[in-house]
Amino acid sequence: MVNSKYFFQGLKSVKGLDSPAFALGASFIAIGALLKNIGFNLEQSIFSTLLTYALPGSLVMAESFLVGASLINIFLAVWLVNARLYPMTVSLMPLLIHKKQPRWKYYLSCHFIAVSAWLIMKSKYQTIEKKYRIDFWMGIGTGTWLIAITSTIIGFLISDYLNKDMMIGLAIVNPVYFTCMMVGAMQSLQINLSIILGAILGPLFFFVSPEWSVLYGGVLAGTIAYFVGDLK
Amino acid sequence: MSEISSNIILVILVTSFATYLSRFLGVVSSEKINTTSKLFRWFNCTAYSILAALIARIVIFPAGVLEEAELWVRLIVIIISIIVFFITKKNLVYPTVLSAILLSLLNSYL
Repeated sequence: MVNSKYFFQGLKSVKGLDSPAFALGASFIAIGALLKNIGFNLEQSIFSTLLTYALPGSLVMAESFLVGASLINIFLAVWLVNARLYPMTVSLMPLLIHKKQPRWKYYLSCHFIAVSAWLIMKSKYQTIEKKYRIDFWMGIGTGTWLIAITSTIIGFLISDYLNKDMMIGLAIVNPVYFTCMMVGAMQSLQINLSIILGAILGPLFFFVSPEWSVLYGGVLAGTIAYFVGDLK
Repeated sequence: MSEISSNIILVILVTSFATYLSRFLGVVSSEKINTTSKLFRWFNCTAYSILAALIARIVIFPAGVLEEAELWVRLIVIIISIIVFFITKKNLVYPTVLSAILLSLLNSYL
């Protein structure tokens, strides 16, 4: 089963000075408040974070729900905005796969793949023995997931006390956290180029296609960075 | 169960399924990908650049409440946060806490 030493080591990595707790908490407090405002009850809000656990997808769901979009449209919109999870999974899981570990761990714990847990694991995997990386990952995932669920509950309960300026303040926390994590991850030419080009091309493609800009800009930027880095 | 609440449950299930799908397919592909392969390195670059593109889009073309703060105010908050991040030796708590307070204040007094 799960190696508890590595699991708890992973779980503990969500606290401390590089902790995602505050950033993740702020975003999911905002989500909890948003879900309450669009008419979800507490159980439904908890259920939503528990099962989805991906911020942009939950925002798209809320917007689509408000305008009364059909289930098919909601599916397509969420799938598109969360399609980034595919390359994120493919660039993380091979680092964690070990033949002595059962496969259910991978199919279960891929649910925890979201930007914060992914960035922490990417920065720490080398320090963990390969066989137990999946257990460490399950610890990180469980920790970040529980923070998200708890914060959704808090956000739902305090939504009446949050004014617009506070909501705006909460909304900037996640981009700031991700920006700092990404800047901190810039340690090789390929990754530096991927991040810088992505940050430039993503917004540029917004003028071509708002819905597809992140994927178009991201894939093009990643491909250029890959080839430039490979030439060196 | 009323029609609206059964509708909400369906919306949540559809959203979760659409989200899990990419993660699931990612694990299926991962089983065949070697970490030393070129394909893995390409996926690694692409994952970082898609995240950078997503974050840049959220800051420059936000949806939701962030729209109500001016673009230059959002950019200044991001830049100050990165500076604080480096000054505090890559501490993530200070820049994130500061950014929320700073943007709330700038937005209510400007």
